[in-house]
Amino acid sequence: MDKDIKKKSTTPRGKSNAKKIPLDKIFQAITFTACLGVILLLGFIIFKLFMESSLSVDKFGFKFITSMEWDPVNGEFGAGAYIFGTIVSSLIAILIATPVSVGIALYLTEIAPPWLSTPVGFLVELLAAIPSVIYGLWGIFVFVPFIRQYIQKPIGDLFGWIPLFSGPPLGIGMLSAGLILAIMIIPIITAISRDIISSVPTLQREGAMALGATRWEVIKYATLPFAKSGILGGIILGMGRALGETMAVTMVIGNRPEIKASLFAPAHSMAAVIANEFTEATDDIYLSALIEVGLLLFLVTFIMNGLARFFIWSVARGPKGGIRQ
Amino acid sequence: MEKVIQVNDVKAWYGSLQTLKGISLEISKNRVTAIIGPSGCGKSTFIRCLNRMHEVVPGAKVEGKILINKTDIYSTQVDPVEIRRRIGMVFQKPNPFPTMTIYNNVASGLKLNGVNNKKVLGEAVEKSLRRAALWDEVKDRLNHSGMSLSGGQQQRLCIARALAVEPDILLMDEPASALDPISTLRIEELVQELKQQYTIVIVTHNMQQAARISDYTAFFLNGEIIEYDITENIFTKPKDKRTEDYITGRFG
Amino acid sequence: MSELQSQYAKRYKSRKFINYIMITIMLLSTLLALIPLFSILTHIGISGIKALNLQFITNLPAPVGEPGGGMGNALVGTLVLVSLAALMGIPVGVLTAIYLSEYQQVGLFPSTVRFVADSLLGIPSIVVGIFVYLIIVLPMKSFSALAGGVALGIMLIPIVIRGTEGMLKMVPDSLREAALALGMRKWRVIVSIVLPTAIKGIITTIMLGIARVAGETAPLLLTAFGNHFWSTKLDQPIGALPLQIFNYAISPFDEWHNQAWAGSLLLILVVLILSIIARLATRGNKLN
Repeated sequence: MDKDIKKKSTTPRGKSNAKKIPLDKIFQAITFTACLGVILLLGFIIFKLFMESSLSVDKFGFKFITSMEWDPVNGEFGAGAYIFGTIVSSLIAILIATPVSVGIALYLTEIAPPWLSTPVGFLVELLAAIPSVIYGLWGIFVFVPFIRQYIQKPIGDLFGWIPLFSGPPLGIGMLSAGLILAIMIIPIITAISRDIISSVPTLQREGAMALGATRWEVIKYATLPFAKSGILGGIILGMGRALGETMAVTMVIGNRPEIKASLFAPAHSMAAVIANEFTEATDDIYLSALIEVGLLLFLVTFIMNGLARFFIWSVARGPKGGIRQ
Repeated sequence: MEKVIQVNDVKAWYGSLQTLKGISLEISKNRVTAIIGPSGCGKSTFIRCLNRMHEVVPGAKVEGKILINKTDIYSTQVDPVEIRRRIGMVFQKPNPFPTMTIYNNVASGLKLNGVNNKKVLGEAVEKSLRRAALWDEVKDRLNHSGMSLSGGQQQRLCIARALAVEPDILLMDEPASALDPISTLRIEELVQELKQQYTIVIVTHNMQQAARISDYTAFFLNGEIIEYDITENIFTKPKDKRTEDYITGRFG
Repeated sequence: MSELQSQYAKRYKSRKFINYIMITIMLLSTLLALIPLFSILTHIGISGIKALNLQFITNLPAPVGEPGGGMGNALVGTLVLVSLAALMGIPVGVLTAIYLSEYQQVGLFPSTVRFVADSLLGIPSIVVGIFVYLIIVLPMKSFSALAGGVALGIMLIPIVIRGTEGMLKMVPDSLREAALALGMRKWRVIVSIVLPTAIKGIITTIMLGIARVAGETAPLLLTAFGNHFWSTKLDQPIGALPLQIFNYAISPFDEWHNQAWAGSLLLILVVLILSIIARLATRGNKLN
């Protein structure tokens, strides 16, 4: 990189400037320091999380993940119920958000005329701009009552005998949390899918079209196979976001650390337990256990982000082999 | 001579830019018709109007009348998808479907149309690959990806793909522009063979190519048709000064 | 027309039908996603406007039953926190982006920096809260505005890095070369040619980032903590609009619920206005 600079900054007046303070070097050093700082920041976050959770990691070991016992009074901590809640609510979100988001992305890029797709795309992006606490507020007072009345009651009446839909229609609970998460990650998956789909070469689409493919067939045979792994990347990114989402989940999931078969039952999540209990955690082992929950959350999202990048990047690079010319 | 395609006063736009300013011509059955002209003269737009591919570009618009086998393809009752199915098209750059094998690439058009019989598909694939003069090179690796072929082979694969659905017209939009000279030659030979069965319209910026392979040539300039005649006449005794300037390399 | 062709024609009807079904499904997905957006915006608009007045913006929160309570302190708190975040996130982010775009675009080091930035972007905000709690709140033995500002600043850094880098890369190389050919020093070229050219886009990015962190709640629970009184002291807990909305929303009092809606209206106006202006600005940019 030094070579690059020297080459570029060699100017006719280089001699006279050489006597002055080496501003070029200083400026570059400052920007380089900023980069180092960013790397160190992440390193420090990881270090701190490992350090401060070691008390809990040493004491509970692997049992921390499987055990359901979360008893601050007796100093026993197992995050099983929180992990369960986080995973199940995120899975509900992914299952619902994926088809909807891909549908939107396809509609906006392949079907809708530009005068429609631009404003509608903008509106979908707005969903991402709404703060999560507002999702929570809307969830408590609008969405949850709606779910209770129009989804849980009728389903419970008809299918209440299936464990998945058993129990009283409380509204608050796993289903509502999953659905709100779905709404929150739709703009993320949609945005990435749109980018990926619009990067599918026009020539691919036209190839299918010229064969007499309908619009859907063009999507099925030319667009989707090409965009598949990039969309998968978007889905993983959305999953990462859902796993770490705190406020909206805390406000509608019910905050009860239980594992129930029913989607209607209240549950809890990893991010929610940190938000609810962190500032009340008085003794060291309690705090350490909560930090371990945070560490687990961090590690999972860290890996998911890495995976997502890999898939998206593999599409951006083009298919294996590429078109030889 | 039977006229398969009759074009009457066709105008086309990309947004506010008019790329065709009233084109009229007739194209003969089982002949090769070349469209030549400098870049931006509207030749690609014209060929894309013939199978209603022009309108898939956002903001694109077409006016005028095009009859193919006496059917007005721009009439409101006509479905563009059906038009495209009956007319094969080969693009500037080879565009095999990257996720499909060689076999599936050729069979894709048939499968779209619900042909699932293995025997029928196998025969059609072989026939099309033979017609596209690719069979001998790929018969042992039909399950390889279409992307494993060289550029020239990929382009012949795309020709096979277009032929598999048995169109009677084949549109070629500078099919050899991205290929090396040897592959180009193979494509040109192929065009000669194919005209026994198909009506071929080929766009090219290469005048020698037009002279070598076509029966008729149309010279386009700035969205207008300047001259349209038997190829030999165009290249030996052009009537219009601008045609002469172009073929002698004085512009474009 | 060949035999094959007529066979296709028959098949075509069902293909067309599937095509319409799929397009309808796509259209319905789009409408489905817009329903929550309109529901959220109309509820905030209708419920929020009822409690929103001048007092709401200027007054302190009042105990339940007393009229005239507001979120003035929270509004000020959010301003303080966001300013701190900007003070920390903008310089670090912009300088990092300059290095990535102007000094070393490819290689292990810049890839690492980009990977780290992407990872920071993906960290759950509550985890950032834990981190800042450990490094600032614990040693200072107090929740503080400073801690809240740092938490939001950490979240702002990767947004600014990625956005600014993209904007800097849009500056054509010919401009840099022209300036270098005039005998300008590289840092001069960056500061007086490259940055001013990209400034509109960079500001847009920063505004979007600020809009994003201004609505953050989770990390503030563990850092700024909230405060029901006026405070601008950096070493004291401080209120914030999203925190106040959260506390009121989960309270049992209708009055506070109304205030939560009004607070949301205020917050969303800030967030939406910032993002709409930013997005309109970038669109203009692209056209030019």
